[in-house]
Amino acid sequence: MLKKRIIPCLDIKDGRTVKGINFVDIKDAGDPIELAKQYVEQGADELVFLDITATVENRKTLVDLVQQIAKEINIPFTVGGGINSVEDVSNLIKAGADKVSVNSSAVKRPELITEIAQEFGSQCMVVAIDTKFENDEWKVFVHGGRTPTPLKTVDWAKQIEKLGGGEILLTSMNNDGTKNGFALDITKQVSDAVNIPVIASGGAGSKKHFKDVFEKTGATGGLAASIFHYGEIPIPELKKYLNEQKIAIRI
Amino acid sequence: MIAIIKYNAGNIKSVQNALNRLGYESVITDDVETLLNADKVIFPGVGEASTAMNYLKEKGLDEVIQSIKQPFLGICLGLQLMCKSSEEGNTECLGIFDATVKLFPPEEKVPHMGWNNFENLQGELFEGVDINDNVYYVHSYYAESCKETVAMCDYIKPFSAALQKDNFYATQFHPEKSASIGEQILKNFLKL
Repeated sequence: MLKKRIIPCLDIKDGRTVKGINFVDIKDAGDPIELAKQYVEQGADELVFLDITATVENRKTLVDLVQQIAKEINIPFTVGGGINSVEDVSNLIKAGADKVSVNSSAVKRPELITEIAQEFGSQCMVVAIDTKFENDEWKVFVHGGRTPTPLKTVDWAKQIEKLGGGEILLTSMNNDGTKNGFALDITKQVSDAVNIPVIASGGAGSKKHFKDVFEKTGATGGLAASIFHYGEIPIPELKKYLNEQKIAIRI
Repeated sequence: MIAIIKYNAGNIKSVQNALNRLGYESVITDDVETLLNADKVIFPGVGEASTAMNYLKEKGLDEVIQSIKQPFLGICLGLQLMCKSSEEGNTECLGIFDATVKLFPPEEKVPHMGWNNFENLQGELFEGVDINDNVYYVHSYYAESCKETVAMCDYIKPFSAALQKDNFYATQFHPEKSASIGEQILKNFLKL
């Protein structure tokens, strides 16, 4: 049976992880490779690295880092942040990334999704959607959630699938950082509307939140950052709980 | 020396990285002599069947692969190209395995992406591996079961998770991305 995926997300700035890290036995908490290795040992199913600087000067740092990660890590990983062209993707895939995620650049120029999918396959084309519920509607936001767009979230998700996107990483800005749980309604709406995998993100604060999103929506993965970084919910404990709750999970 | 076949199918480097982690040196090559003289040959790949098959034919690698006598491991698209034919781009493939490759009907999410287990494990590849172990799959097309199937997986349809005929081995999942279980399977192959 296909297992639900637990996916820690690491924010990267100038080749280092940002946000505090609370692991024991970790030599350098800012070193993404050290942290990634810890997550792999704990049983993470996939990793996402999000480059939040993404300036031109730092692209090379990122590519070097991806190369290092690929050498050390034996599970799939996605790299996102500042990807604007097929060439950007090519550099990251050649460095060893399994998937790349695009967000604002795909909203600006949707053909980018098709171009990347045609060149490298849909399986490596993750499209991230930042969504916010406002005036009775779930809409798409870009530029780290700062800029509204006229796109309705479900419509954009369907378009992503049509354009060749292989996976959707859906973050609810209303829920992100609240620790009150994933946005079940929009996650369900999106996962019902498309036939590609949907990863839920934003709002995870307890083990039960993962159970809820897997039971009540079609999400095939749950992504979180701080609750894993700060050791609030250790991955082995989360997986043990989900397994006891009869959620298909890799132990 | 282990040779990894170089062709136009992405992320071949990850197989080399996995071999390095296990302490094996390898070379990524499309040189016929190197391939024929390697101790083992690995045929990885993620991509589109007809494009990949055309490339192999252009380079004459289709015939080289068929003539290889050493232990040979196809991974993911590699497995599919080793079958008779693929629905993807209506492609005639290498015909090492007596299976056809079909597109998953859209009854569940496609691609089949993530960790899944397998059953009916047979042969050396799965020594020390249990049916409850999970490995990483990502594919939209699947090889039907056939007489060379040595592991089955079930997603929408039962399909071949692994195939073997003589020196030819193949896995639909990615052992190079399947954590410690994948390493065990790679080690089993490397020991052959």
